[in-house]
Amino acid sequence: MSLFARTALMLALAFLYAPIGVLIIYSFNASKLVTVWGGFSTQWYGVLFRDGPLIAAALVSLKVAALSATIAGVLGTCAALALDRHGRFWGRGAYTGLLYAPMVMPEVITGLSLLLLFVGIGLDRGISTLVIAHATFATGFVAVVVGARLKGLDRSLEEAAADLGAGPARVFFGITLPLIAPSVAAGFLLAFTLSLDDLVIASFVSGPGATTLPMRIYSQVRLGVNPEINAASTLLIAAVGLVVLAASWLTGRKGAAV
Amino acid sequence: MHASTSHPEQRLRLERVTKRFGTHTAVDAVSLDLAGGEFFCLLGPSGCGKSTLLRMVAGFETPDSGAIRLGETDLTALPPHRRPVNMMFQSYALFPHMSVAANLAYGLKGLGLSRVQSAERVRALLRLVRLEGFEARRPEKLSGGQRQRVALARALAREPRLLLLDEPLGALDRALREETQGELRAIQRRLGTSFVVVTHDAEEAMALADRIGVMERGRLVQVGPARELYERPASRYVAGLLGDVNLIDGRLGRPEPGGIRSVETALGFLRASGEGEAGNPVVVAIRPERLVVSGEGAGLQGRLTEATFLGDRIRYRVEMANGSTLRASAALPAAGPVPSVGETVAVAVPADAARILPA
Amino acid sequence: MSGLSQQAPPTGDDRSSPVAPAHGGRRTSAERMEAGHRSASMQVKVSRGLVRGLPLVWLALFFLVPFAVTLKISFSSPATAQPPYLPVLEWDGGLEGWREFFEALDFQNYQMIAADALYRDAALSSLGYAALATAILVLIGTPTAYAMARASARWQPILVALVIVPFWTSFLIRVYAWIAILKPEGLLNAALMKLGLIAAPLPILDSPFGVLIGLTYAYLPFMVLPLYAVMSRLDPALTEAAADLGAARARAFFTITLPLSLPGLAAGALLCFIPMVGEFIIPDLLGGSETLMLGRVLWSEFFSNRDWPLASAVAVLLLILVVGPVVLFREAELRREEAAEGGGR
Repeated sequence: MSLFARTALMLALAFLYAPIGVLIIYSFNASKLVTVWGGFSTQWYGVLFRDGPLIAAALVSLKVAALSATIAGVLGTCAALALDRHGRFWGRGAYTGLLYAPMVMPEVITGLSLLLLFVGIGLDRGISTLVIAHATFATGFVAVVVGARLKGLDRSLEEAAADLGAGPARVFFGITLPLIAPSVAAGFLLAFTLSLDDLVIASFVSGPGATTLPMRIYSQVRLGVNPEINAASTLLIAAVGLVVLAASWLTGRKGAAV
Repeated sequence: MHASTSHPEQRLRLERVTKRFGTHTAVDAVSLDLAGGEFFCLLGPSGCGKSTLLRMVAGFETPDSGAIRLGETDLTALPPHRRPVNMMFQSYALFPHMSVAANLAYGLKGLGLSRVQSAERVRALLRLVRLEGFEARRPEKLSGGQRQRVALARALAREPRLLLLDEPLGALDRALREETQGELRAIQRRLGTSFVVVTHDAEEAMALADRIGVMERGRLVQVGPARELYERPASRYVAGLLGDVNLIDGRLGRPEPGGIRSVETALGFLRASGEGEAGNPVVVAIRPERLVVSGEGAGLQGRLTEATFLGDRIRYRVEMANGSTLRASAALPAAGPVPSVGETVAVAVPADAARILPA
Repeated sequence: MSGLSQQAPPTGDDRSSPVAPAHGGRRTSAERMEAGHRSASMQVKVSRGLVRGLPLVWLALFFLVPFAVTLKISFSSPATAQPPYLPVLEWDGGLEGWREFFEALDFQNYQMIAADALYRDAALSSLGYAALATAILVLIGTPTAYAMARASARWQPILVALVIVPFWTSFLIRVYAWIAILKPEGLLNAALMKLGLIAAPLPILDSPFGVLIGLTYAYLPFMVLPLYAVMSRLDPALTEAAADLGAARARAFFTITLPLSLPGLAAGALLCFIPMVGEFIIPDLLGGSETLMLGRVLWSEFFSNRDWPLASAVAVLLLILVVGPVVLFREAELRREEAAEGGGR
């Protein structure tokens, strides 16, 4: 690798991780001020664990993430299968458009429009609306991850199974699904983190009693830097690190998680 | 055959070139001296180091020790884009987003050619590989054989002093391969450029090359014209690589005048040519087509277990008394009566065709 | 085959009565097989339809229909009621109800938007920030992705994981982290003042620079990952061939690597640009009162002014701005997926 490439890479990684490093370091800062190092302390983690509303919000977020990721996992896998296997079906262009648009659509638009729908049909806002909203925008991401795996799948394995007498259902559940399972799991994890992270859409479609972790953090953060939030951030980063490790191990191929 | 004095700037010299990947030595102190204008083949199975050696000459790998010189130029430290050497890649590596003409013209930038000269060179190259009119085509629209020819033409565009070809005919089907072998030889002769081809196919090496260099596990074990390697291989490895061969273990007898010696084998005493110390374990190598199989007469006795008709020749398998099998072949139409399977036959081993090789 | 059907076995344990015609109500084994095939292919058709239809129905219902609703509400007026807009369509109002409904709709909100320069400025400023940040990301993302793609096979998965961790880490948290760095009493200013480079703190936070830094930082993984996916699949022999033909590294990059990576570049750029236009968090946390962006305008109309119809009209405006790029994104993403699997061959 040339010197230019290597420096570019180092700089980019430094840029990416500097703020994260700051958060982690200052979560252990006894002093509230950023410019003063008051000594190493884990007091903010203590405050964090005693923060009832924050913990409640974290639980809400986890619940919503698990449910919405499951739905997105199923929908995204179906969509990926349809695109990979059904050839040039009528309306394929619109289908892919419908699948990919939510991935890039500005969140204020999807958040607002979903809320207006829920109000219009009289659906009470809360966990269910959050799950629906998150599943909707995560589906496309799952479809991309699973679709990439499907493209690289060796069809002759399925053909061999069919040749040996297995019907379509047996081929799918016995051969195809096990082979794409790691990518489906990686897609699930991606949808999970996307849901955990969402602030804007949740602010629109959530309801009383369903405050998510980002919503809670945002309300604290608007007032400025908050060491308790630094602690929460550090924990979140660590959690994500573990999840990424799991996802990489599952997909096993370079770039396949994208 | 070797025009070593006519193109001194094309003389490729490898001096104890070595390359290691971790603990594995891919190329082990290989030295080679190629004459200018020569068609040379590096032959060996996959993993023997031939591709690594080629890539070092092209500049894509750096030797850990040793030197590579082309004429007066020391290539060893030069980056690939500054070497007067060009390579034809095994996968052809045609630029998919460019037309054939653009692919061919790519190497001409920086040579100081005018637009007109460039276009003329491209046309001449297309004529050379018989692809006139293909200027605007995209690589994806070409057949395998056509892509191969574009790859060859592109590698010749800069008129390199040395052309390296990495398994150039590997992707072609048999008929096309033979035809292309002839074309490749013709082009090389016409241009007078030194060609170094890397291949695992012995027949191809023999068809193409003035000289062949056989590689085994990173080492160059024998270099010479095809005939020499075939008839007087230096080891059982080389013998086996260039074609089918019968290998019979034995012990070498005393030296005798005339170069023919006795070898004590499980099949009896065989007469063979070669050198070595008396009493050494050796192996007698004899090609199937040199064994003479007849219904009766002098020779080793055995039972014919297979006689396969192969069009221009017949292939025999003879089971000998000690359980070993000898493979023989005879040209057709046969000179005499053809023995039938199950019969007892006599296998004659002509002394001048049998080679003594180290064990 | 038909001969078999005419044979009723003479023994008593046969199901059909001996006097019934051989065909009777029973089907031949050939017909049974055919019927089996038909129902199997019927099964396949149904399951196919289900697999394809499930995501379609969901997305149509929860992605498309909401846009229609938003459109309708953008033609409504605000009201102090639940829900806070008028008119509300009574589903059992009959034709009269529908007529009243449509008469109550108007373009008032759009007139407000057209009249007030705020919205136009916010739109232009949103596009401007998004374009500038995307351009910066292209400039810094390309060498980064390229360096990753050229790394040794041992390092690449590690590098990918290193880029993915920020990608998957909370957006909110990563933006928040910059507050600590950029604010007047923050790390950056403290460091610069300590080094004696500046006398007074730089007002980076609450300024356009803060927004730009935030946008660039937050979206960097979105630029790098799709581009890397394509670059890493390029046949290395292509760049070797370019070098063999005399191209120094720079020329090989610009004539071979970059053109063949364009699908990844386009997908990445749009994956950044489009959401940036409607970005809310970054201008809210890092921008000041002078950084006007449509996402923030929409948010404040909705949450602060409780003017749902106006917020909907702003949403429609935003949607119009991004619909073109969204269509482009779909194209680019499809091409990127082709390139990422095909490997440039």
